[in-house]
Amino acid sequence: MSAEAHGAVFHAPRAHQFDTAEQQKDASTLGMWLFLVTEIMFFSGLFCCYLVYRWFYPEAFAAASHHLDVALGGFNTAVLICSSLTMVLAVNASQAGKRRALVAFLILTILLGGVFLGVKAVEWHHKYVDHHIPGPSFHFEGPNARQAQLFFSLYFVMTGLHALHMVIGIGLLTVLTVQARRGKFTPTYNTPVDMCGLYWHFVDLIWIFLFPLLYLIDRHTK
Amino acid sequence: MITAPVTVPEREHYLNASYGLKSWLLTKDHKRIALLYLATITFFFFLGGLFAVMIRLELLTPQGDMVQSETYNKLFTMHGVNMVFFFLLPAIPATLGNFLVPLMIGARDLAFPKLNLASWYIFTIGGLFTLYALLSGGVDTGWTFYTPYSTTYSNSFVIATALGIFIAGFSSILTGLNFIVTIHRMRAPGLTWFRLPLFIWSHYAASLIMVLGTPVIAVTIVLLAAERAFHIGIFDPAIGGDPVLFQHLFWFYSHPAVYIMILPAMAVISELVAASARKRVYGYEFVAYASVAIAVFGFLVWGHHMFVSGQSVYAGLVFSVLSYLVAVPSAVKVFNWTATLHKGSIALETPMLYTFGFIGLFTIGGMTGLFVAALGLDVHVHDTYFVVAHFHYIMVGGTIMAYLGGLHFWWPKITGRMYPEILAKLSALVVFIGFNLTFFPQFILGYLGMPRRYHAYPDEFQVLNVMSTAGASILAVGYLLPMCYFIWSLRYGKIAPDNPWGAVGLEWQTLSPPPVENFDEIPIVTHEAYDYVSLPNGSVTPKKEANVR
Amino acid sequence: MRPSLPLFPEQASSFAADVDALYFFLVALTAFFSVLIGGLVVFFAIKYRRRKDSAPAVIEHEGMALEMTWSIIPLIVSLFIFVWGASLYFKISRPPGDAAEIYAVGKQWMWKIQHMEGRREINELHVPVGRAVKLKMTSEDVIHSFFVPAFRTKADVLPGRYTTIWFKAEKAGAYHLFCAEYCGTKHSGMIGYVHAMEPNDYQNWLVGGTAEGTLAQRGEKLFQDLACTNCHKEEGTGRGPALALIFGTEIPLEGGAKVLVDEEYIRESIVNPTARVAFGYQPVMPTFQGLVTEEGLLSLIEYVKSIGPKKGPPKPPAEANRKTGEARSKTGGAKGKQ
Repeated sequence: MSAEAHGAVFHAPRAHQFDTAEQQKDASTLGMWLFLVTEIMFFSGLFCCYLVYRWFYPEAFAAASHHLDVALGGFNTAVLICSSLTMVLAVNASQAGKRRALVAFLILTILLGGVFLGVKAVEWHHKYVDHHIPGPSFHFEGPNARQAQLFFSLYFVMTGLHALHMVIGIGLLTVLTVQARRGKFTPTYNTPVDMCGLYWHFVDLIWIFLFPLLYLIDRHTK
Repeated sequence: MITAPVTVPEREHYLNASYGLKSWLLTKDHKRIALLYLATITFFFFLGGLFAVMIRLELLTPQGDMVQSETYNKLFTMHGVNMVFFFLLPAIPATLGNFLVPLMIGARDLAFPKLNLASWYIFTIGGLFTLYALLSGGVDTGWTFYTPYSTTYSNSFVIATALGIFIAGFSSILTGLNFIVTIHRMRAPGLTWFRLPLFIWSHYAASLIMVLGTPVIAVTIVLLAAERAFHIGIFDPAIGGDPVLFQHLFWFYSHPAVYIMILPAMAVISELVAASARKRVYGYEFVAYASVAIAVFGFLVWGHHMFVSGQSVYAGLVFSVLSYLVAVPSAVKVFNWTATLHKGSIALETPMLYTFGFIGLFTIGGMTGLFVAALGLDVHVHDTYFVVAHFHYIMVGGTIMAYLGGLHFWWPKITGRMYPEILAKLSALVVFIGFNLTFFPQFILGYLGMPRRYHAYPDEFQVLNVMSTAGASILAVGYLLPMCYFIWSLRYGKIAPDNPWGAVGLEWQTLSPPPVENFDEIPIVTHEAYDYVSLPNGSVTPKKEANVR
Repeated sequence: MRPSLPLFPEQASSFAADVDALYFFLVALTAFFSVLIGGLVVFFAIKYRRRKDSAPAVIEHEGMALEMTWSIIPLIVSLFIFVWGASLYFKISRPPGDAAEIYAVGKQWMWKIQHMEGRREINELHVPVGRAVKLKMTSEDVIHSFFVPAFRTKADVLPGRYTTIWFKAEKAGAYHLFCAEYCGTKHSGMIGYVHAMEPNDYQNWLVGGTAEGTLAQRGEKLFQDLACTNCHKEEGTGRGPALALIFGTEIPLEGGAKVLVDEEYIRESIVNPTARVAFGYQPVMPTFQGLVTEEGLLSLIEYVKSIGPKKGPPKPPAEANRKTGEARSKTGGAKGKQ
């Protein structure tokens, strides 16, 4: 790519409604944080349901939770934490203007996200095989089968919505990667990388809450 | 009275800067998006109104003789869904708010114009889903979607309607987010928080609720749809689920949603009172803080919809006392508006008539809120027409009055044309009379014990129902009239001056209609809001007084 | 027919007058403030209307004192209403101890009533005047709400649990009974009458009707039909605990917790037996959900409430508890901690 082409994008593209690039960046950052607040409220509805039902039926939740695979869940947690690290490195690279590093870290983040979703799919498949999908075909051995179904309903809704956020995140990162390869981001203009980074960390954080709440109920007694 | 439009070479403004359907559907101009919203919500308003008329006609006689019970249930459900989610929630913020927030703070646009357009599309798609549900047979759960009826027993298009509401919710979130960022980051030089018009304060408070509350209804609707589609049991008592949990989640949003509807209405009233009285709103800081207080307390009172639902007595006590606390900031606002009129210089044009209507009806609506928040009394009036009357006094007597008042007030700014004053005053009167005749008898009906959502009712309730239906037909005329003369005025209305009311808000300092970028030059603010003493004729900046035309 | 225009519902229960007192107070308060605000607005609008030669509006000193006045007065007034409303609510929601019990089941779209003495009715409820009556209510399907305007009371009726409503009728007559929570197509047809009768008339009415036996007797028959006696043996030697005198006592559960044996727990133990298993017993009881109607459940509950020991004098509850302890050691499957 020629130096002129770089020169053309060196000035941050500033929308007409803003006075300065700094004002634009401030606005985007505030907007993103607000968006994450709405996301927190979205998941809090689910966490609230979870707390209520776990309070009602502690034994059923513990019994059902033991049917989840802690090893796979733990592995996925590690994968997501690594992906957050690569995301931070990507943001860092974009601030330093290292285009190749930026692209590499973005691709690595996407791959780790893909691994997470793959493992998740395997886990869901296990649940399908075990008839742990809530609904008419649900089957659970043990005294609290009915309430265990509530646990699995919440498990699927929560991990499903989390996975949906992961898919959206991977889509965003893919777009970023293409843009980064074309050299769209410079040390003075990297707001989209920053924003996607925030989003990715948020999705990661949700999992950090989901993992112990779903997988680790009463594990210490066994 | 019809005069031929004067043919003077027109200056460029946002309406004539470009032409064609594409220039509207792909616009990023907040003013044009406001008009797109205006057209969409007007459609939903009259659709919801049509359902209301059919409900009232059915209730003329005690027997359910005009439509079948199933149809009647669909009518009141679609009336509620349309009016709440597709008219009242976006009514003022998405139209007047969208148009005025950037103008009032001296910005060229909202912070995220593309997002603003996207939110209109999202809203429209949500509306189309709901229309689809309507056309394919309707939905009969009531707008509250209580489980297990909505998840298991209803035999209608619940999922499509719920999806429509879910989608439209995102438009609300995005609008709120856009407003908050804009108000934080885009204010003109010198425009500090306590120089902001109260319109902005109230919209800021309403936006907070949109951003914090709407996601909760979104996830609730996801659970509702999942439960209905896959029978996963989240709210199903047969496997230990709790239908009352749904009510908690639903009202956690749907009560604050009432404040999304009324806070922007209060925003309009603050502006109208100040401009009509040519006086700073009395107790400006108190009114500003009251808006925020209402938004915050509004999140803590949802349980007062559930006093007879089987929740514990102590939960009822907490929700009741918090509900009384939220009454105080509302009362403070009413007193301050009234005090603003004292020793003002009050112009009695149409916007002010609607303002009077608002203050009176909102007072009655708010005071009857004290009835339903009183635990022992709510046991009797809960789910009766008393509640119906109460929230229509707030929603119709409050929000729609303010919406119409605001539309008249800013019509010259939006379109560059004046509305016909005498006709407008007449229809304001018709709305006021029609409204009271429709809804006042419902208070009595409710205390007599007529439950809401009843298709047929005992004979002794008939006289009051006939009065209500008579009022509704008057009210319908009152709503059709403005639509007709507003459309008429687009072509034949008098050309509006830039500042027909002599008001001091920044929006009046630019041209009517405003240029594409709102201001030829971003204003520098040196006065507090409503400073009619230093600026008696409503001019903030002395530059170019005359409108070049 | 002459059109009638009632403005006020009949007062027919012990607390109707109390509710109306608060109502009238609030009506007066609303009228006062509406007239005050409306009057001031109109008065100012006329007095300070803009004229050609109007002087511009004056600056007003914004008074903190005034702001505080109109913040604190509404606060005090509303807290006063809160206390009034709350004390009324305690009265309405707490049935007196001597209230007679009647069962009600809501179902799309009818009210089914069962009297202890055996009479059953649909969309009608007969109650005596001058005696507190407590209804235990549940729903077979969706949420309903039991509403008698003349008694000024109402309570939602939920599937899967029991809610209570009580009233003391003070005037003989027939009063509207409505379903107040929207429940589907024929919601407005889910109505009926509450007949308040003089005590003697009520007694006569109660013994009339078909001779099906009391509710408890019907429950006993159902208990035998469902073969509950196979496990719940009278001596406590079966796979399930003996049920005599168990109602109203607190029993230990598997896992260490305790539970009060009330209507809710008995219902749960029939439809969802493994949720809370009595201490010392195996979770082996099958569910009876779908096999027993809500009315059947009510009769079973009433039967359990009614049974004392068949032979010999009634044993005190403490002894009954000890007996369950013995049963535990006999079954030998106790896995919990002692």
